[in-house]
Formats: sequence, structure tokens, C-alpha cells
Amino acid sequence: MTTPVVRVGAGQGFWGDWLEAPYRQVTQGPVDYLMMDYLAEVTMSIMQKQKSRDPSLGYAKDFIPLMERIFPTLVERRIKVTANAGGVNPRACAQAVAEMARRLRLSGRLKIGVVTGDDLLRRLDALLARGHELRNLDTGRPLSDVRDRVLSANAYLGAWPVAAALRQGADIVITGRVTDTGLTLAPMIHAFGWTRDAWDLLAAGTVAGHTIECGAQCSGGNCLVEWQTVPDLANIGYPIVEAHPDGTFLITKHPGTGGRITVAGVTEQLVYEMGNPAEYITPDCVADFTTIRLSQAGKDRVQVSGVRGRPATDKLKVSIAYFYGYKAVGTLVYAWPEAYEKAKAADRVLRQRLRDLGLKFESILTEFVGADATHGPLALQETRVGDLPEVQLRIGVRSPDRAAVERFTRELAPLILNGPPSVTGFAGGRPKPEEIVAYWPALIDRKVVEPCVELVDV
Amino acid sequence: MRRAGRRVKTAAVRRLGRPAVRGSRRKVRLLELAHARSGDKGDTANVGLIALKPAYYPILVKQVTAARVARHFKGMIKGKVERYELPNLLALNFLLHEALDGGGTISLKTDAQGKVFSTALLRMEIEVPR
Repeated sequence: MTTPVVRVGAGQGFWGDWLEAPYRQVTQGPVDYLMMDYLAEVTMSIMQKQKSRDPSLGYAKDFIPLMERIFPTLVERRIKVTANAGGVNPRACAQAVAEMARRLRLSGRLKIGVVTGDDLLRRLDALLARGHELRNLDTGRPLSDVRDRVLSANAYLGAWPVAAALRQGADIVITGRVTDTGLTLAPMIHAFGWTRDAWDLLAAGTVAGHTIECGAQCSGGNCLVEWQTVPDLANIGYPIVEAHPDGTFLITKHPGTGGRITVAGVTEQLVYEMGNPAEYITPDCVADFTTIRLSQAGKDRVQVSGVRGRPATDKLKVSIAYFYGYKAVGTLVYAWPEAYEKAKAADRVLRQRLRDLGLKFESILTEFVGADATHGPLALQETRVGDLPEVQLRIGVRSPDRAAVERFTRELAPLILNGPPSVTGFAGGRPKPEEIVAYWPALIDRKVVEPCVELVDV
Repeated sequence: MRRAGRRVKTAAVRRLGRPAVRGSRRKVRLLELAHARSGDKGDTANVGLIALKPAYYPILVKQVTAARVARHFKGMIKGKVERYELPNLLALNFLLHEALDGGGTISLKTDAQGKVFSTALLRMEIEVPR
């Protein structure tokens, strides 16, 4: 028998999202599943670095205390969790959750599912040797260009291994690089028995996932339309999908929470990070966003229907991270009068000194915060820069040469006493050179990636 | 299809003052006709532009062309501009290539993830009937 409705609530939209959100999502009203998305493009490489220092790490560590806080509620209300908090070490993440559950004396009360198989790092040379070039989707270059600098390589898995874990009885499913949308689609596949060729339904669940994967960004957060009137952002409710077996769904939130669910706000989220809207490609299907129908079905309720999908492609996207070089960004603040002119003069002086030192940079970028940093020349055309009360000079450099970047960081502070006047705002000290870990998107044949599902008893 | 956001006269619009007049047409900011959200994919910024009312959508389709958007962002982006239409959502999606100084972690920009290209596009002036 199929369940008439499944409620999937978003708990985290990225690693570092509001810590209160998951607790509120499971306590302020009914949800069947809590979906938590942790992984952005370069998150995996940060986790890989942590794992290389300590083999027991490499996952979102803050997931554990967060789960500890909500575990009693999850058990009591039989709420299941799908989370890609496992990063590059989902098994270690699952072990940490299991240990925490035992501490809470919840042994025997729940099962943890682990999805692996996305990590291709150890197989990389074998794959390259077999002719998988892993060409960069943006530049067309083969991965062999940067092979010796690769830090992590993970194929994007979709909803099916997560659904398999749920079918095997998992209450908490912890994954590595599973797509954001797959974490929301999987509960629908599991609850409604959707089949692998039900492309319209899979596309509908994918659209649902895209809508809530950035958390409150579809429930009134970062929403431009009448932003001043969005109620009670301090208590913003995170979005919930109320899904039906026929692929229609509602976007809503718990009553009494802040924020707002409107057609306008949901539309903003639908177009967020969008490429070709007719081809939203995931491991599970190709969703056509030009078929989506939205309607306001009541206060804080948006109805979504009409979603069409096409068969999934025979490729999976691979997220590769590699060491790129070094960068540093420093700032100084110049005050009225002629704040903008002073900042520009300081920039000229600084650049001349860098040149005179013979330092080589791949890029030097100057922005004048308060004048042109976000809207560039579009803003300068309209702003009366002469009257600006202050302007922040923000200058950044990038280089393969760490020493050049290091020297740049020492060239800012001297400008306070030996450059243009009325300068302040250097209390933070000199900037630190940062390692750049860059993103290399590629495709790989689906056949060579084997998702794996394990269950951990608590 | 019902649309939210019927009240178009926001404080930001009132601050713009009277629109420039030219014959039977007048110029308004895109901000009066649409809202937007932007994000990134690598070194590409995307801007989703959404009509505030169904009647405004054909104006956007006609005037906010890929070529016009490329001119608008001259000096801010290095690559080409692509446009996709989503009439079902009263939306246009623009891809601004080579817009983010390499994008992601490579970029030195404040807006490395293209988050506010959205409102930068809304500065554009559009001709509407008086």
C-alpha cells in the first residue's frame, strides 16, 4: 500500500547553515524525513585534507552534536534522515553517530545506512589508464594536466542508493557525494515505489529537491520581492515538501514560523544556479524546468505540478578538487574627503611597489568597497563618488609562488603611514596567504561507478 | 496562474523618482518590472530574471536580450551571454560566462559566487508604454 503523502523537511542547506534549523524542523510540526545537504563544490577537498591528517575524520563533524540534539525526537516521532554529511568518510561519520546513539542509550532502536562508492580517488590512475580522460567540463582540458595535484575525486551518486538504504530499514542514511536533489527524491522513491523509468515522477522529486536544497532560500530568505515585508526572519521556517505519489507536491513550512512561501520566492529558488532549464541533469533523470507549474494554494503553500522528465544520461558528473596555488586578500579603509580618490591612489602606489619588487602574480584584483565592488562600472556611473563617507580598498593577489603572495601581505600595512591620508581599519593585522583548492568538473561513464549500501546497527 | 508580488511600487522604486519621458514611451528600471536571483557554476554566473506581473514578461523577452545583457555587463564579464526562456515561470535565465575571475575558490572577487549580479541586472533601463 502506498502512503498518500510524504513530508520531507530541509534541515541544512549547506555546511555551516543555521544550527537551530534541524531542531525546529523536527519539533515544530510533522515531518517524515529530515533532509540535510552539506556538500558544495569544494567541500569534499576540505574534508579530504582533514582525512589525510586523521583517517577518522573527513566528514561534517558538526553533524554529530546536531544529531545528538534531535535524536530523541527522531526516535520518538519515527522521523528518518537523509544527509550527505559523510563527505569523504561516510563510514566514520556513521560510526560516530552510532557511538553517540549508544551513549544516549538508544541501542537497538535504530539503524544507520551508509552510501559509498562515490570516491574515485584511489581508482583514478586505473581509470585514466583505461582511457577515461575526465576532461574539464568548462575548459576541455584532460585531467592528466593536473593529476599530480588532485586532492579528491568523487562521482555524484543519485537517489537510488539512498532509497535502497531506506528499503533495507535504515533510519538515518549517511552518504558521501550524493546529489542534493537525490536526498529529497529518495524518500519519495521509497515511499511511493516509483520505478527507475518513471521519468516524470523522478523529475518531479528532483524539482522538489532543488526547491528545498538551499534551505530557507525558498521560504523567505534572500528573497528580493518585497523583502522588507517578509515576516519574522529571526524565526524563519525551513521549507517542507509535501509530496504525493502522482508527482505533484506542495512547498510549505510549519505554522507559526517566520518567513514566507510564495510563488515569487519559490520561483527565485527554482532559477538559482540554473543552466539550461530544459535540461537539469542529475544521475536520476533529466528534469525539464520549463514544464513546472506553480500556484499559490494558500498562505505559505505553493503547489507544484506538471513536471516532465526524460531518461537519465549514461554519464555521471565527477567533482574533482586539485591544488591550484596561493592567494591573499587585504583591505584598508579611506575616509572622507575624497575617500575614493585616496583609495585609488593607494592602489596605484601598492601596485607600483609590487612591480618594483619584481613579484609575479597570475592576477591582481582591486575593488573599492562602497563604490564598485559588487556592481562594478554600473554603480560608478551613478554614484557621486566624491561624497562617499568612506571607501574600502580591497586588493587580492593570486600566484603559484607562495613567497610572492607572502610578500604582498606585508606591503599593505606600510601604506597606513607612507601612503595617502585618512586611512584606518587595519586592526585585523596582515592577511594570511591561503592555499587555493580548485574545482575540476568532469563526466565519467556511469558503468564504472558502483554505489554501495551498508547498514550499521546501533 | 496566480502570482505573488502584485505590489510593484516598492520603496526602492519610489526613490528613483519620475521616469524619463520620451514620446509615448517612458524609461523605467528593470527593478520595477522584475525580480531576480543569481548564483554560480564554476566561472559562470547565472541570473534568473522573473517578471513581477504576467503583463511584464513579453517586455522582458523583447528587450532584455542576450546581446543587451552582454552590453550591460561590459567590463564586468569576459565571456559570452546565453539566454533561456521559462514562460511557465515568467522567467528568463541568463548565463554570464567568465564572469567570476575563475570562480569558486580561485576568484579574488568579493562576489566570487555571483550572488549580486541579480540586482546589477535590475539596474538596466527598459522602455515601457506610458
